[in-house]
Amino acid sequence: MIAPSTPPLLIAEGLHTYYGDSHILHGVDLHIEPGETVSLMGRNGMGKTTTLRSIIGLTPPREGSITIRGKDASRLSTHQIIRQGIAFVPEDRGIFPNLSVLENLNMAARKGPTGRDEWTLERVLELFPRLGERLTNMGNQLSGGEQQMLTIARALMTNPDLIILDEATEGLAPLIRLEIWVVIRHIKSTGIATIIVDKDINALLPICDRNYILNKGEVVYHGKSRELLENPELHKQFLGV
Amino acid sequence: MHTVTRPIIIFLCICLVMLLLFPAVGSPFYTELVTRIMILSIFTISLDLLIGFTGLVSFGHAAFFGIGAYLLAILFNDVEHINYWWSLTLTLSMTGMAALVIGWLSIRTSGIYFIMLTLAFAQMCFYFFFESPHFGGDDGIFLMNKPEIMLGSRQLVDLENEHHYYYFVLAWLVGVYLFLSMILRAPFGHVLIAIKANEQRVRALGYSTPHYKLVSFVIAGTIAGLAGFLEAAHTSFVTPAYLGWHESGMAIMMVILGGMGTLFGPVIGTFIVVLLQDFLPGFTEHWKLIMGGIIIGVVLFLPNGVAGLIYSLTNRLSSKSKEAGREHV
Repeated sequence: MIAPSTPPLLIAEGLHTYYGDSHILHGVDLHIEPGETVSLMGRNGMGKTTTLRSIIGLTPPREGSITIRGKDASRLSTHQIIRQGIAFVPEDRGIFPNLSVLENLNMAARKGPTGRDEWTLERVLELFPRLGERLTNMGNQLSGGEQQMLTIARALMTNPDLIILDEATEGLAPLIRLEIWVVIRHIKSTGIATIIVDKDINALLPICDRNYILNKGEVVYHGKSRELLENPELHKQFLGV
Repeated sequence: MHTVTRPIIIFLCICLVMLLLFPAVGSPFYTELVTRIMILSIFTISLDLLIGFTGLVSFGHAAFFGIGAYLLAILFNDVEHINYWWSLTLTLSMTGMAALVIGWLSIRTSGIYFIMLTLAFAQMCFYFFFESPHFGGDDGIFLMNKPEIMLGSRQLVDLENEHHYYYFVLAWLVGVYLFLSMILRAPFGHVLIAIKANEQRVRALGYSTPHYKLVSFVIAGTIAGLAGFLEAAHTSFVTPAYLGWHESGMAIMMVILGGMGTLFGPVIGTFIVVLLQDFLPGFTEHWKLIMGGIIIGVVLFLPNGVAGLIYSLTNRLSSKSKEAGREHV
């Protein structure tokens, strides 16, 4: 007997997104399976962040569809999409500066929509012991690295099935970057699917199962990391490295 | 700023003791003045929930103050024995309903549009009462009797007695402060504080921010209605000026002057403004110039208001005492 196949966790099809009159995404297609780690690459201004914002409805696409676990989510608002088990780590480290570290974390605490509940405050603080030492500090009293840790920790507190990381290590000190990549590997090992946008290709490719390259709002490449590593022409053409 | 430190708690306790003792030392005139200041403080604290914690700058908050006052005066105008419990419940629930309707329409906008919409609603209410002869028109309306606080056949508080009324309002002020402090410490309050910092981030955490903003608006409107109820019961008179943009503007000024996002700051701001309004005219006829200068000075040199100054002074004092303690060891 063949087991019924589980639908992809997320499918984005034909996304066309605009900022005012500017047409930014030109029919972006993207899908992610449960537990999969996928990268979204491309030069600056190619539509990576817009793609992520379109997926979670912060910048709703004018055309195209979003499907989460086989159900149409195109008409859902941001908070409804997020409640489907998606956590978003924005590029500007979206902490709340006027709340303490503990309040930032507790605000996000909830069970996942599929019943996932392993990410408790204790477990998150085990992963980020530095935050445990600063629980009563306000968000604006943290260093950049600590703020990024807090944002990822807060995302985990929602017990998501998919974490979207936009510029996960941008602007961080090299040692902190290494720490963040260790955390991302750990998240992958727990079976949480991840979409990562980052410029550090050398760190990104070994972690990711599949990769998308965006150029001028279109997906110009989609494939496994090994294929991409073996094709330096693509690096030069679309990533500028 | 929303965190209440131990030195601030001590400061607030000292203020409370001073307020408790005031009727024993103050003249009847000033006891009545402080009663009015405390009523206005309940109004400005409610506005702080919107401006200081939720990030909603309402320029029409006086509408709810006025609606609360008018409801008591209209519904119980010719009632000989006004039941306090019944009149309060009716007034607050109807003010809450008005806040729900106005809030539901207003929170769809943000920034300057929200300010203009709340102002427009308040002005609509103002002109409705101003041009309604049935409700006293521009002359206002009298309340013939004060509510009676009865428990069975026993009168708990005599609102005709100035001292009783003073302590009654003080109890409400403390109650409203504690109620809002409790709300702001709860997860609901954290969401409001986070909305003020960045609404989009809160949505990206899975919260429906319009619902939270609406609940905040209704709570603030209902508390403003309570202040209006207390004011009408205090003065036995209600005028359309209660709902005007001038009242809303003064309340915003009191909140900013005292310190937004602190809850106790607006109380300080209310005391400063009303006492200046009382004292300054005795010195010069151009007292409004002096008052304007004081307000400009506070805004320029104390960006977090007087409460911000109190925070920094108490922090400095507590860190000095800690250092002294370490040296002693």
